[in-house]
Amino acid sequence: MTRNLRIQTSYALLLAALLALSSLLVRQVDRLRSDEPLQEVLYIPSPKVVKRMSLGYSGLLADIYWTRVVQYFGEKHKAKAKQYLILEPLLDMTTTLDPNLLPAYEFGSVFLAQKPPEGAGDPAAAARLVEKGIRENPQAWRLYYDLGYIYWLELKDSAKASDAFERGSKVTGAHPWMRVMAAALAAHAGETETAIYMWTNILNSTEDQDLRANALNRLRCLRVDSEVKTLQERVDLFTKQTGHLPSSWQDLISSGLLRSTPLDPKNYRYQLVAGHVQVEKPDLFPFITKGLPPGRELKDMPGEVHATATPSAL
Amino acid sequence: MIGRLWAIAFNTFREAVRDRVLYNLILFALLIVGASVLFGQISLDINRIVLINLGLTAISLFGIVIAIFIGIGLVSKEIDKRTLYTVLAARPVRRWEFIAGKFFGLVMTLTVNALLMSVGFFAAVLYVSHGLGRSDLSLVTAIYFILLEFVLITALALLFSTFSTPIFSSIFAFAIFAVGTFAEDMRGFAQMAHGFTRWVMTGAAYLVPNFASLNVIGQVAHSVRVEPRLILLNTLYVVVYTAAVLTASVWIFERRNLK
Repeated sequence: MTRNLRIQTSYALLLAALLALSSLLVRQVDRLRSDEPLQEVLYIPSPKVVKRMSLGYSGLLADIYWTRVVQYFGEKHKAKAKQYLILEPLLDMTTTLDPNLLPAYEFGSVFLAQKPPEGAGDPAAAARLVEKGIRENPQAWRLYYDLGYIYWLELKDSAKASDAFERGSKVTGAHPWMRVMAAALAAHAGETETAIYMWTNILNSTEDQDLRANALNRLRCLRVDSEVKTLQERVDLFTKQTGHLPSSWQDLISSGLLRSTPLDPKNYRYQLVAGHVQVEKPDLFPFITKGLPPGRELKDMPGEVHATATPSAL
Repeated sequence: MIGRLWAIAFNTFREAVRDRVLYNLILFALLIVGASVLFGQISLDINRIVLINLGLTAISLFGIVIAIFIGIGLVSKEIDKRTLYTVLAARPVRRWEFIAGKFFGLVMTLTVNALLMSVGFFAAVLYVSHGLGRSDLSLVTAIYFILLEFVLITALALLFSTFSTPIFSSIFAFAIFAVGTFAEDMRGFAQMAHGFTRWVMTGAAYLVPNFASLNVIGQVAHSVRVEPRLILLNTLYVVVYTAAVLTASVWIFERRNLK
């Protein structure tokens, strides 16, 4: 080995040894500071300031923040944490830096909405995040879909869920099922007229035979709901006027409250049982919420809607 | 005249290559490949977006740093090394030709550098996306805008180089680049002011280079099309603004006593 080569090798070995030593020291320092609450700190809390400081390169910063969100959520989730203190601010930062970063809204809302330890358990924050996403990306129909689900399943607000699905269904390219969901949830929320309007729209605008059959079925059920409600009001009025319950429909016809015996959409007579209006064959109307015999549960619950409204099940 | 301009420009390019400027390409390649693999593993659903953001940001920032650090020395280095006297005294080169030649030489260096990076960048996009579509044309527009940024910053660095030391020139150039990214905000603030302040602020806002509209990286990362009118207007703006800055550079350089 020449002297020059020996010197070069010595330098290389020394360099490698020093770098290895410095790595070991860093590991020791990391161990010492492993309990430091670094994860729960937003160094610059204002998204607007960070955006200004990015000098126009905010897209890359947003990607880095989104990666931090994923890592933060992953670590907390793994540790079965009860609190996700900086999840919402991190997501706000990410989406302010890049308002078009759709995965941040879609996955971020799931992270926020799920109950601890699966997520932050803050569905209201999830709804706020997705609403922000919709403001920035009004043409992204999947965000309305996400918002609808948050209102429906997490916040139990069928009216707002229906509104979200309805708004999303108007976006070009939105899945037809969005309208189905909007109509189904409007019915569940008690807004029968809205549901009738939307199901009629679906019936008139689709060529899909399954979807049409489902729409017809839904409309029949909504008609039953509406008719039972009206008939029950007449029965109650008769009771108030005469002081006793009607024994049959003939009593209401004789008193001028009805013109003839009422029939349901399948031409079976509505039943009058102890002053309550009921359908004769409830199995023909799987989605009705009124006119069911005592003891029959409401079938039009959210899970049921989901199961029957998916395109494959229609 | 063209021959003299070309000679100075090509010499500037050759010097930059000799100064190992193109070594940044290796760093760029490592960055792109490393980031593609890393973000694919630790992030969620943003592989392509992060590649585009990172690739274009790197092309832009690397170029701007090179433009500033080489640009600030283009004139002052020649003065320090006393090679300028040889060029201007012994050869039939006018001062404005010297400035223009230096400018074109550095722009050529940056263009070659950016084009080589772009080849690697598109290869990475092709790999991640399994193909290139019509919407990817907006990536070409983004790279074109980055080249326009280089033209502006090179002219500005050259301007500072004609009257200041390299350290101060680099500070000025970075500062004006930072201020230029706030150009749109400045115009917004100016609108809110009243009276004399509004006049001064509006003047300043239009005087600083408008880097803000040249950055469409965030837009193209989401396959949003860039308006053809914006391409035309940005091109015209950069041509006019650069001509103004070069005129100022030549004016200052003509007045300098180099003896």
